[in-house]
Amino acid sequence: MTVPAIRITSATKRYGSLQALAGVDLEVAQGEFFGLLGPNGAGKTTLISALSGLVRPDGGTFEIMGFNVVSDYRNARRNLGVVPQELVFDPFFSVRELLRIQSGYFGIRNNDDWIDEILASLDLTAKAGANMRMLSGGMKRRVLVAQALVHRPPVIVLDEPTAGVDVELRQGLWQFIRKLNRDGHTIVLTTHYLEEAETLCGRIAMLKSGRVVALDTTENLLRRFASHALSVRLERPEAAAALGGTVTAGGWADFPLDRYEDLEPLLARLREAGVRILELRMGEADLERVFVEVMNGA
Amino acid sequence: MVHDALTGFRTLLYKEVLRFWKVGFQTVGAPVLNALLYLLIFSHVLDRHVTVYGEVAYTAFLVPGLVMMSLLQNAFANSSSSLIQSKITGNIIFVLLPPLSYREFYAAYVIASVLRGLFVGMGVLLVSLPFVDLPIAAPGWIFAFGLMGGAILGSLGVIAGIWADKFDQLAGFQNFLIMPLTMLSGVFYSIRSLPDFWQKVSHINPFFFMIDGFRYGFFGQSDVSPWLSLAVVGICFVFLAVLTLAMLARGYKLRA
Ligand SMILES: Nc1ncnc2c1ncn2[C@@H]1O[C@H](COP(=O)(O)OP(=O)(O)OP(=O)(O)O)[C@@H](O)[C@H]1O
Ligand SMILES: [Mg+2]
Repeated sequence: MTVPAIRITSATKRYGSLQALAGVDLEVAQGEFFGLLGPNGAGKTTLISALSGLVRPDGGTFEIMGFNVVSDYRNARRNLGVVPQELVFDPFFSVRELLRIQSGYFGIRNNDDWIDEILASLDLTAKAGANMRMLSGGMKRRVLVAQALVHRPPVIVLDEPTAGVDVELRQGLWQFIRKLNRDGHTIVLTTHYLEEAETLCGRIAMLKSGRVVALDTTENLLRRFASHALSVRLERPEAAAALGGTVTAGGWADFPLDRYEDLEPLLARLREAGVRILELRMGEADLERVFVEVMNGA
Repeated sequence: MVHDALTGFRTLLYKEVLRFWKVGFQTVGAPVLNALLYLLIFSHVLDRHVTVYGEVAYTAFLVPGLVMMSLLQNAFANSSSSLIQSKITGNIIFVLLPPLSYREFYAAYVIASVLRGLFVGMGVLLVSLPFVDLPIAAPGWIFAFGLMGGAILGSLGVIAGIWADKFDQLAGFQNFLIMPLTMLSGVFYSIRSLPDFWQKVSHINPFFFMIDGFRYGFFGQSDVSPWLSLAVVGICFVFLAVLTLAMLARGYKLRA
């Protein structure tokens, strides 16, 4: 068996009286595109910081590609690229200088070919010579992504990389990160844009108050938690209530559906009751609904 | 891609040197100008009235003190301001995420501080030369004390930069510790001219030994033996290095 890209066991961290991490166990396999979701203050950044050695956890072990982040920090850190949530930069240097310096910190000299490639992929080539202060917020964020990639880390953790990035570039960024994932990089992503997580992530962990409250494949989460719903516009909407539906505005009624197989019998019951359907649409389960349900239930 | 063990350390050192070199006007030029002003004013006021060690003119006596004072202050300023700026802006993470050891971290910040101190010190010396007749009796001592002084203040700067959360705390460290210790160390006077009691007090100030030993390199004379000064300064450095390394190893304030 290959080692997991990330293994976290019983991670705890307390800030004063606040339990930021309350015993997190998590394993991410190599090659996964993994989502780490949770409301503000759930502990996502704390978990990432402990994994990358920026924060000392109170307890638990953290491994990256099998390397313990404390006892074997050199190997662990070589295997990890982190895009921080905060928009931080060094105002003394240009984009290219910064990327060269960052490469150097990882023990890599003459990294210009790869740096050029990253710059091109992130649409930053034109800004390579610009001082960091001259960049817009979205550009600074892309430089953060670039900095995390200079050493071609097999495991890449992105803490809200798309906050403040415009739509077009967001698409470009995802394309690039997807490509990295296809090339074998393990991706861990936190975001508050749940549609993004839904389309990108194969597996998702949801964190609340420092605890993992849901952990499954995106598909299973969508299936397990959120029921589909059938919305129909009826000639006599008032008839819906007797059949288990909820009347909404404009003559529409919603019928919950746990599985697609339940669709046929539902339509049959409507027909038998003599209710004529004028219009019909399926409400798809989405991650936002799952998220809300999980957070309320947890 | 070329990997090698020293590249990380060398890059951090290079970055720290570049950081002050890019704004050399402020980080080297300004302190040199400052010292020159001190020199012109003090020598104008005192030169004809005071001699030290019997026959050394006051201006000549003053120059090594000014050189050392500038060197020490700038070595301290370099590591402390770099660290606190990185901490406050948050870009400190870029040196905390890579596989750099705390020893490499320490060495890079301290060596960069020493270099800035030496640059400033040399600058002050060079601009002073036209104004004074300065002997150079033992350049080895000059270099040794310059180096040790820079390393001690560079370490103090690392400690202060890590400890301080705000610029005022750093300023406090500088104004209430570094400045008084420097000023009372004999930069502007020979402690032999002090009353007995104050001479004794001066002897518990490690800065006195840095400056006294440094001055020995120029005049071949000093208030105490340069070997004693070297021993005191050496012990001080080892103590501070151990303290700073212990802080860094624990991740004190940097990896909270
Ligand atoms: N340095 C710190 N000192 C004190 N408390 C902290 C510190 N860092 C984080 N916390 C607290 O720990 C909890 C978890 O914070 P964390 O930043 O991990 O949340 P998050 O899930 O990343 O949230 P967001 O989605 O807003 O980024 C929060 O309640 C936060 O206030
Ligand atoms: Mg966060």
